[in-house]
Formats: sequence, C-alpha cells, structure tokens
Amino acid sequence: MDIVRRAIVGAIVVAGLAGAALAQQPSGTPIKVGSTLALTGPLASTGIVHQLVGEIYVADLNKRGGLLGRPVEWIVKDDQSKPDLARTLYEQLITVDKVDLLMGPYATGAILSAMAVAQRYNKLLIHHTFGIPNLAKYEGQFPAWSLGADPANTFNNTLHDALAAQPNAPKTIAVVTSKFPSIHFMALGEREVAKKRGMNEVLFLEWEFGNRDFGPIAARIKDANPDFIYVGAIGLEGNQLLDALKKIDYTPKYHFYMYPAPGPMVTSADAKNALAATMFEEHAPFVNNPGAGAFVKAFNERAAKAGLPYTGVETQAAASFTAWQMLEAAVTATKSLDDKVLIDWLKKNRVDTIQGKLRFDGPSNYGDDLMRVKQVQNGKWVVVWPKSVAAPGASLQGP
Amino acid sequence: MTLPSATLLAQSVLSGIFIGALYGLLGLGLSLSWGLLRQINLAHFALAFLAAYLCYQLSHVMDPLATLLVIVPLFAVIGVGIQWVFARFRVSPFNSLLVTFGLTVIVEAIIQGIWTADFRKLESSYGAAKFKVGALYVPVPELMTLVVAVVLALAVHVVLRHTDLGRALRATAEDGPIAAAFGINERAVAMGLAGVCAALAGVAGVCLALSYTLTPSQIYAWIGVVFATVMLGGLGGAIGPLVAGIVIGVSESLTMAVTSPAWAPLVSFSLLIVVLLVKRGAIK
Repeated sequence: MDIVRRAIVGAIVVAGLAGAALAQQPSGTPIKVGSTLALTGPLASTGIVHQLVGEIYVADLNKRGGLLGRPVEWIVKDDQSKPDLARTLYEQLITVDKVDLLMGPYATGAILSAMAVAQRYNKLLIHHTFGIPNLAKYEGQFPAWSLGADPANTFNNTLHDALAAQPNAPKTIAVVTSKFPSIHFMALGEREVAKKRGMNEVLFLEWEFGNRDFGPIAARIKDANPDFIYVGAIGLEGNQLLDALKKIDYTPKYHFYMYPAPGPMVTSADAKNALAATMFEEHAPFVNNPGAGAFVKAFNERAAKAGLPYTGVETQAAASFTAWQMLEAAVTATKSLDDKVLIDWLKKNRVDTIQGKLRFDGPSNYGDDLMRVKQVQNGKWVVVWPKSVAAPGASLQGP
Repeated sequence: MTLPSATLLAQSVLSGIFIGALYGLLGLGLSLSWGLLRQINLAHFALAFLAAYLCYQLSHVMDPLATLLVIVPLFAVIGVGIQWVFARFRVSPFNSLLVTFGLTVIVEAIIQGIWTADFRKLESSYGAAKFKVGALYVPVPELMTLVVAVVLALAVHVVLRHTDLGRALRATAEDGPIAAAFGINERAVAMGLAGVCAALAGVAGVCLALSYTLTPSQIYAWIGVVFATVMLGGLGGAIGPLVAGIVIGVSESLTMAVTSPAWAPLVSFSLLIVVLLVKRGAIK
C-alpha cells in the first residue's frame, strides 16, 4: 500500500513539474533587446565579460519563461571600442532592427554615445559601467553600477575611513594618475578628500593613458616614499607601475588602484595587499544576494570555457548582470515594453540585484554609493571595507 | 618645488635608454623596409606582436630566449611571402601603407581569435631578474633588449656598409634598373631583405614579451613613437634608429622625472618637428 501511495505521489509530482515546465516555455514573437559591445579593439578584454554575462542571463531568462511569456532575443553588435560607431549601431538597432528594448554598451564613451541616441528616440537605456555620473543627463538612463552621484567624494571618503581605522594609519600620500577620463576626476577628488582628512600630499603626477614607461614614475614615488600611494589606474596601468616599482626594489606601504584589470593584478606577486574599488566579489555576503550564487557558478564555467585568464565575477560582470536584472524587473512589474512606462517605474522603485537593493531617485538617476574597498590577500580579491560587507574573517592588512 | 635627486635622474636616464633600445629595435626593420624596399610597413608592428604571443605560448614548453630559434626563421619566411605578394601585384609605396594596415588588422584579429583580447603575461625566470650598480637597479630583460638592439644594429650596419650584399641592397634602393643592369637580382635581394625585416620584427616581439604584458590592441600603441624614431634616425639606416630611439626614450624619461609625466608623449614628436625644421631634407 505504501509503495502504491508513493508511486501515485511520484506520478503527481512528475506531472506537475512537466506541466510547470510547459507553462514556462516562452512563446510568440521574440522580444528583441539590442545592444553593442566592445568585442574588438582596446576594450575587448572587458567587452567579452559583458557578452558572456548577457548570454548567460538571456539563456536563463528564456528557461524561466522569457519576458511577458515571450522569448527574448538579444541582438549584440560589435562597436569595435569606438564610441562613434556605437552611436551609429544604436541608431541601426532602433530604426533597422526595430528592437523592443535597449541594453547599454561598454564603456563610458560608448555609453555616452548610446545615451544620446536613446534620448533622441525616448528609449530606456540601462547601462553597466558608466564612470562619470555627472555626465548622465538623460532622464531615461539608469546605471547598474551603483557608484552614487558623486563617487569622487563618497568613495574616496570610504577609502579613507578604511585607512583611518588602521593602527598605523598613513599620514602622507602620493596621488599618481592616468588622465583617462573616468579615472582622472576620481584622483582629483582624492586630492581634495586627502587634504580634508589631514593627509600630507608629497607627490602628485599625471600621465597620458597608454604610457609605456613607468620607470621614472616609479623612481619619483620611491624618492617621495609616501605612506599611501593612490594610483588612478585603469586596466594594466597598475601592474605596469608595480613592475616598475619592483625593478627598483621599492615595496609600497599602503597602495590603492582605482580600476585595475582584476586578473593580472590578483595574480601578480607584487600586488600583495593592493587595494582597489569594487562593488561585488564572489564571496559572502555578496553571493547571498538574489541570483548571485548561481550566476557566479555559471560565469566561472563560461569564462573558463571562453579561455579568459581571469574567470572570477567582480565589478564588470556583476554590473552587467545587474543591468539585466533591472530590465527584467521593470518589464515584469509593469507588464509593459513601453519605454516611458519602464522609465517611470525604475525611477519610483527599488530593484533587488546581486549588488543589493538599488534605487534610482537621486541626481542623474543614481542612488547609493555601494562601492567597497577590496584587497589582494593570499592571491584572492576580498572585500575588506566596510566591515558590514567584508569577506568572512577578512580585514584590511597594513604594511 | 624640490629638485629631483641624482639617483632619480640617473635611474630615469637608464629607464629611457632601455625603452629607447626597444624603440630602436622595433624601428630597425621598419627603417630598412621603408628606406631600401620603399615600403611603409605597418604590419611590422603586427608581426612583432604576433612573435610576442608566439613567444608567450612557446615559453610554456621552452625557454623564452630559445623561442628565437623558432620565431626568427618562421618570420623570415613570412616576410619573404609578404614580399612575394607585394612584388607580384606591384604594390606602390603609398599602397603599401594601406595594404600593411589591412594586414595589421587581420593579424590583430587572428591574435584575438587565438589568445582572446585579455591580458597575457609571460612569466619567466628573466622577468624578475635584476642587479644593482651603485644606487642604480638594472633589470635583466631590459638589459637583454639593449644588448640585442645594439648587436643587431651594428651587424646590419656592417652588412649594409661593408659587404657586397649591402652594396647591392643600397644600389637597388637607389636605382633598381641600373642595379639590375650591373647583374644584381633585384627580386631576390628584395625578398631576402623583407625576410630579414620580418625576422627583426620577430626578435623585437620576443623582447616585448619578456618585459610587457600583451593585449592585441597594444599593436597600435607603439606606432607613433617608433615612426618618429625611424624618421629621426633616417630611413634605410641601422644605427640611426637605435640612436634616435635612445634619444627619444631618454628625453621622455627625463621629462617624466622632472615635470609632469603627461608631457612625455609630446617629446618625441616635438623632437621630430624640431629636427625636420633644422635639418630639412633629412627625409627623402
């Protein structure tokens, strides 16, 4: 009797699951989401991260029933890392491909171009990693990278809070920075913040993005011998400076890099205790946020399969995932593809994402600054500040 | 404003010499193909980076310097092949610029297809090797680049100036038909030189891989300054590009040591303009 009862219950469960699966099969005309990405050119090493995330998200979304019961088709074009081409391609996406929704490109320059096109057609534009919030003037744009409206002030203060909590808090600072736009204003903001926090600036240097020789810059840092080096670095610049410092046998005390290429820095033997900005790392409490754990696992596998040297999820991948979460949340909540409706909803509501709950009701639709301080510890990136989101057992390591 | 210390200045000069040697090494093959083959070969940079990536890949199974045994002959063959196409279709000097730019884009795409656009760093025992002379630190990979650049520049100079082959190359560049009338096989000479130029790109690529992290788009980052090096050093010469490279490298480094590093890129092109104004006719 017991066996019969179990068999009946089993059959009911199987039938129920099959029914649910059938109910979740999206049908009808696909909803077309259009975007460009830097799949070739100088930004391609990061562009591929956004491509993988988009593919993972859309495949999963379709498995879960798509949007409004319809399948989602993602049309992604290669903007070759050229903002001018991004502008043309977004025009094409709207006028030729007739996409229903837009998704932002990578990076700041291309996003600005896409924003202008979106504004012309009153389209919603959710974007991943736009670095200069005060340039985001269009009311229909929404940032997935929660760096707040004034990160040069807010994030740099977060960083100084972390340093000030150290028993041997640094007293002198060298600010050395690339003139890359979304980096430079952060470094200039740091000068102001450091001054207000009573740090003595012993060196300030700027270099053009693409600088090849970091030897003289390293020599000047060694001469100044600051307690804390704030490096306005993007991509490989941080590694290049570390290489140059190593060649003259100089080990920095506290050292911070704005947006370093995560893989090369975390694997560099010279990057011990290097600090950087982030808003997501693949450890608790971040992986406990909605969808984060499964996404991290999927991304690790896809990135390894794609041959990426660094397969971890950090700011770029997380921001990209967040952008798709925002789009899905707005469409699902409003049951609409009308850009105006979606824009209004996003302005008034918070969205649960893998970064946390995001709001978009501040200046330029930016909400809270959720940027954190991470550090290279034992060959891994771990968040060390604020303490509320630090990796379990991790704290900022000093010299 | 505090004055920079003597150590800082000396270390910066050393750094400038090292990067200047790399400019000179990259410029050597470019100068020869431009001056003697009348080809403005933008693909030289793409070949150098292709060699750097090959060195990176092969270094998993052999010493990075031993990769030269594979890369140099391979690239010589590639150079000969490219020259055969140029001769077959009679590509003019101006068109060579466009064709080799196209080749560069293709090579970049191939590199990206194989190694992705992400960063690749050759890790070897040479990478961290350095020694100290007084207060100055001398990194071994950069020193190797300097030695290779000097040896190759001198060797090419000797061949060009003191051998029948060199005289044949210069005569062909000066007036091909007349040189042919004197029995010089213009086609064979051109192919041989193109092979040498591509092999030089291969050597420069190995030096790049020893000191720099690689990405495909870095191909374009070197073009401006190496062109300035070649133009300053004189086309078709061997010693000139090396000297010009070191002058530019040291000028840039000293600029970074005493003023804002952001001024450094202006140096190479300001120098170029000044030299062109003072020494009119330097470029023919």
